[in-house]
Amino acid sequence: MSERVLMKGNEAIAEAAIQAGCRFFFGYPITPQNELPEYMSRRMPQVEGTFLQAESEVAAINMVYGAAGAGARVMTSSSSPGISLKQEGISYLAGAELPAVIVNIVRGGPGLGSIQPSQGDYFQAVKGGGHGDYRLLVLAPANLQEAVDLVTEAFDLADLYRNPVLILGDGLLGQMMEPVLADLYRNPVLILGDGLLGQMMEPVEFRKLPKRELPPKTWATTGMRHHPHKNIINSLVLDAPGLEKHNLHLQEKYARMKLNEQRAESLHCADAEVVIVAYGSTARIAKTAVMSLRQSGLKVGLFRPVTLWPFPVNALGELVPKVKAFLTVEMSAGQMVEDVKLAVNGARPVHFYGRMGGMVPTPEEISSECVRVLGGVR
Amino acid sequence: MTFEVVMAGFGGQGVMLMGQILAYAGMVHGKQVSWMPSYGPEMRGGTANCTVIVADEAIGSPVVAHPYAVVALNRPSLDKFESAVRPGGVLIYNESLISTPPTRSDIKVVAVAANQIADELGNVKVANMVALGALLEVTDLVPMECITEALKKALPAHRQDMLAVNLAAIERGKQAAEIP
Repeated sequence: MSERVLMKGNEAIAEAAIQAGCRFFFGYPITPQNELPEYMSRRMPQVEGTFLQAESEVAAINMVYGAAGAGARVMTSSSSPGISLKQEGISYLAGAELPAVIVNIVRGGPGLGSIQPSQGDYFQAVKGGGHGDYRLLVLAPANLQEAVDLVTEAFDLADLYRNPVLILGDGLLGQMMEPVLADLYRNPVLILGDGLLGQMMEPVEFRKLPKRELPPKTWATTGMRHHPHKNIINSLVLDAPGLEKHNLHLQEKYARMKLNEQRAESLHCADAEVVIVAYGSTARIAKTAVMSLRQSGLKVGLFRPVTLWPFPVNALGELVPKVKAFLTVEMSAGQMVEDVKLAVNGARPVHFYGRMGGMVPTPEEISSECVRVLGGVR
Repeated sequence: MTFEVVMAGFGGQGVMLMGQILAYAGMVHGKQVSWMPSYGPEMRGGTANCTVIVADEAIGSPVVAHPYAVVALNRPSLDKFESAVRPGGVLIYNESLISTPPTRSDIKVVAVAANQIADELGNVKVANMVALGALLEVTDLVPMECITEALKKALPAHRQDMLAVNLAAIERGKQAAEIP
């Protein structure tokens, strides 16, 4: 009847990666993302790919470095404590400008924390996490179809920017990107999700997205059969002026990402007095709150960043003159709210509501918080 | 229209599968669906539950504080979720394992002897399908042919012979929930 299949988030992300041409997966088990490597262990041999359960997270991320350096499409996934262990390798990937897709299905922290959903890794994802001046492209899908589409895009984006991509759990699909110059773009991409996204089931469709023009990987270390020169992949530059030059090059790349890659979705924002800002699973819960408040005739809207880095400051900035106040909702003590405040720049009050430790806010909680904020602006 | 159902029981009673069958059937029926499990150490020994949403429009929150319907297969599940049912909603409970009936009067309460009926069918494992049958009878969530298709998909190739007993269990559950 339809081509939709009912899949768990972790499995859907894995299948999307395989369909995007990912042929190498290195990981180490941790709840609540275990279905992802489990699925990969079953599927990779079927497509003549490699699944390897490493001896540790540190080993896994360095295997990613090796495969990415050889020009392969490669993915790793983990959950919060495991992603912390991978930070050194992620910094190396960013320094050496290697494309890779990293998935973080975030759980409650700090420390070993819990295995329930959380968004407490926002700072780690968008402000660095590892050492040095680097940025990841961070994507935050909000439902499984978006997660599937964003995974496909994440591999393209990583190749374009030659940068790791982190998928942090919530996404928007089908937005075209401007054509870009090959050598200036290659970056890791991070997909940031949470336990809700990983564990829930929804119908998904593995559709073909428009083919993107990707540059050949002339930089990859695949031997000298195809070119007379040596390719060297490295993040060590001992000469200070040389390292500054490399950093300036990276910063120029990040500036281009800021220019071209900001993505967000708005719902009922045109006439809203109060706009809720939320990403990932929290955004879909907030959406239920917005729909029920709208039914009561209250003018509230939802702004959902899809890219957490670059943060969609342009689209959010456009809302500032139209809105009386913002309410940021997160499954954290308040992390993204700092970026919202930077974008709003004091022009409007920015309120915050958060749950922590694996507690998931209900639509009712968000609604009553929103009504409280609405009362204050009238 | 949006129907939220929480299904709860002991780990091993098949509440997760029951939810997946309903979600799959909803998808076959052309609806928007989501299935969200409780996951964690609580699965071992305590109650396990899942939330299934079947809707006409895109689903927002996959978790709900006050579902339209609750299916409780054991006593701890009834204790936990009886108060959560939305006024005017539906509560189906397994009277084979729950001797004290629910007390709510603002909701529709349906008792089904799920284990006893499953035993009569010769396989206590289909108690979950008996309860699902009762839910389908009371709510008209999805047509039976969609459930059949979902079951065919859910059963692995070497277990297709179990289709008949599962369908029989759903039918008996429906009959048990019929208003005389």
